[in-house]
Amino acid sequence: MLNTITAPTTPLFDTPPMFAHPARVTAIKDEAYATATYEIEFEDDDLKQHYAFRAGQFNMVYLPNIGEVPISLSSDPAKTGVMGHTIRYAGNVTRAISRLRVGDTVGIRGPYGTAWPLERIHGNDVCIVTGGIGLAPLRPVIYHIINNRSDYGRVYLLYGARTPIDMLYTEQFEDWEAHGIEIHQTVDRADESWKGHVGVVPMMFYHLRLNPKKTTVLTCGPEIMIHFVIFEALARRIPKEQIYVSMERNMKCGIGLCGHCQFGPTFVCKEGPVFAYAAIEPFFGVEDF
Amino acid sequence: MPDLTPDIGAFVSIEKNELQCIFDALKKDGYTLAGPTVSNNASTPGEGAIVYDEIETVEDLPIGWTDVQGPGSYQLQRRNDNAYFGYVVGPQSWKKFLFPPQATLMTVRRENGSFVVESQAEDAPRYALIGVRGCELHALLIQDHVFLNGPYIDTHYKARREQTFVLAVNCTEPGGTCFCTSMGTGPKVGPGFDLALTELDDIFIVEIGSEVGRMVMRSVKWRPSGAFELQTKRTALAEATKSMGRTLETSDLPNLLYQNLDHPFWREVGERCLSCANCTMVCPTCFCSDILEVSELGGAASERVRVWDSCFSMNYSHVHGGNIRPRTKSRYRQWLTHKFASWIDQFGESGCVGCGRCITWCPVGIDVTESIDAIREEV
Ligand SMILES: Cc1cc2nc3c(=O)[nH]c(=O)nc-3n(C[C@H](O)[C@H](O)[C@H](O)COP(=O)(O)OP(=O)(O)OC[C@H]3O[C@@H](n4cnc5c(N)ncnc54)[C@H](O)[C@@H]3O)c2cc1C
Ligand code: SF4
Ligand code: SF4
Ligand code: FES
Repeated sequence: MLNTITAPTTPLFDTPPMFAHPARVTAIKDEAYATATYEIEFEDDDLKQHYAFRAGQFNMVYLPNIGEVPISLSSDPAKTGVMGHTIRYAGNVTRAISRLRVGDTVGIRGPYGTAWPLERIHGNDVCIVTGGIGLAPLRPVIYHIINNRSDYGRVYLLYGARTPIDMLYTEQFEDWEAHGIEIHQTVDRADESWKGHVGVVPMMFYHLRLNPKKTTVLTCGPEIMIHFVIFEALARRIPKEQIYVSMERNMKCGIGLCGHCQFGPTFVCKEGPVFAYAAIEPFFGVEDF
Repeated sequence: MPDLTPDIGAFVSIEKNELQCIFDALKKDGYTLAGPTVSNNASTPGEGAIVYDEIETVEDLPIGWTDVQGPGSYQLQRRNDNAYFGYVVGPQSWKKFLFPPQATLMTVRRENGSFVVESQAEDAPRYALIGVRGCELHALLIQDHVFLNGPYIDTHYKARREQTFVLAVNCTEPGGTCFCTSMGTGPKVGPGFDLALTELDDIFIVEIGSEVGRMVMRSVKWRPSGAFELQTKRTALAEATKSMGRTLETSDLPNLLYQNLDHPFWREVGERCLSCANCTMVCPTCFCSDILEVSELGGAASERVRVWDSCFSMNYSHVHGGNIRPRTKSRYRQWLTHKFASWIDQFGESGCVGCGRCITWCPVGIDVTESIDAIREEV
């Protein structure tokens, strides 16, 4: 039961593994309803220089006196020195994050987990399918593709959100389209301003004509969404080896020690969060597993 | 002057009262002794248990006691002899010393708008674990694989484990819920001990397992074990192998469980199980933990405190907007599947050593061996 993606993680710090490292918030940008992107830089210059992540990986973000949560990196992996985190305010820790101001300090440790297989899919068409906050861990993929546009064929982004105000990064869409990313948006519930599609993301597959042999699907979002994305992709004869999913589980340590993130035989923090679908197929969709 | 230290791998015999000399030598080397002792409520009939605690002398051992165990039941009883190790395992395991139920990992102090992280650089205690059974030694090695095989290493565990001395004991009288024979972890202790005792009527046979163990024997009056003594030991162990309270058919367990994730048994057991988490707390291999943020008054400092957690607890699988395993049946399935199937994928070995604790300490007497049988039956 090996994930075909191997964890690129090797420990960056020589401190005990759960130590959070002080880092400054250098910019905050509102993105969508109750969601903002935080640019964060390590206080320690050495760390700042040596820290590097790959698209799909996450950090543990820590607030003293509050707690620690796993958050994906949403910035350009080629831009070193700064880490971007797009965070939706959900509960205790993330609401405390919403009260942060530029100049405040948080704790960061990472990067952890597996990455999207961007090198392996050179020459392929890429179909990114996601909903709501799920675009955050996929934005580094889009940056990477734009930076290396000739390495990839056609690139589609199928993106859904509950309502138009839940959509992330909309002001970047024009630029992405200019770089040949074909964007198909949909919302569950429209408002007066919305002129686009209404409906669930997996349905957007019906707008595409994909070449199953050379298309890779990258998907992240609620499990029920992923379930239908896989269904639609397989229905188009895209082999399950070419479908990659990012999974979410409760995480306390992020480094394979606390047990919380287990999904069948895997630790999502270590063997995931990005999995080749073929590797988790027997367990995906098993009720309450 | 002949060499006074037996070789590694040698079997030597000591009088029973020499055990105190081993204790003294260990104490002199700076070890804190941790071993079995009778809990202080044992004088009340039906109460009490053999627990693991810090001990000073052999007098602290449960000499002359035994335990009678079955599903959901445990009883201390007087033996009609003065055996030092005439009982099996109680509700606690050695993990409480190496992976304590609560441990402060670091202190975070706010300073000048930032913070500093201070390691809780405890002087890790140096434990000599007294009376570690075969299944328990195996459980220690299993936790080693969880915490020390990386890429990230539990430094807290490592500091304690590295300097642990293991005085093991071969089991000659398995208990009512034991099934180490099935799991291949006992009753004879496997590699990894410093010294291993076998208790005969009036002597201990001591097997030397390591250089440290060998050195300890310098302070002890020993003689090479005689052929008859060694034969008695072998016979006792062979008998013990055959007298387990329980058995478990282990063949092809991962596939059996993975292919039966929707077996009706899960619903049935889900109706009996109380989700009390006892089974995971008493299990010597269970390693799940939570990390709590404990603020000091005023918020100038806080501690990151690791506490034992359980896949049966409410918050364990919480993700915002839901719980991955909201129902007891899915938690029990997670637990059993982890022990007997996914553990093997994760660490290359079973997560169960057959110690029987989860059977004895389940308030409603749910028995893992019966659970597996129930799933196997209808296949
Ligand atoms: C690999 C990974 C990447 C993630 N990336 C992002 C991201 O880029 N942006 C973003 O907004 N959110 C992301 N999340 C979800 C984010 O971690 C949760 O929203 C957050 O933990 C909620 O914590 P809370 O204290 O605010 O909420 P509460 O509901 O109060 O949660 C209490 C605790 O439960 C745990 N928990 C709750 N929800 C989750 C969850 N969904 N996943 C894991 N643990 C959870 C946390 O330990 C949390 O502290 C990611 C989760 C994972 C596993
Ligand atoms: S699962 Fe039960 S029998 Fe197996 S090691 Fe854990 S407590 Fe012992
Ligand atoms: S199986 Fe027994 S001990 Fe384990 S959680 Fe259920 S009731 Fe508690
Ligand atoms: S988050 Fe702790 S083991 Fe994965």
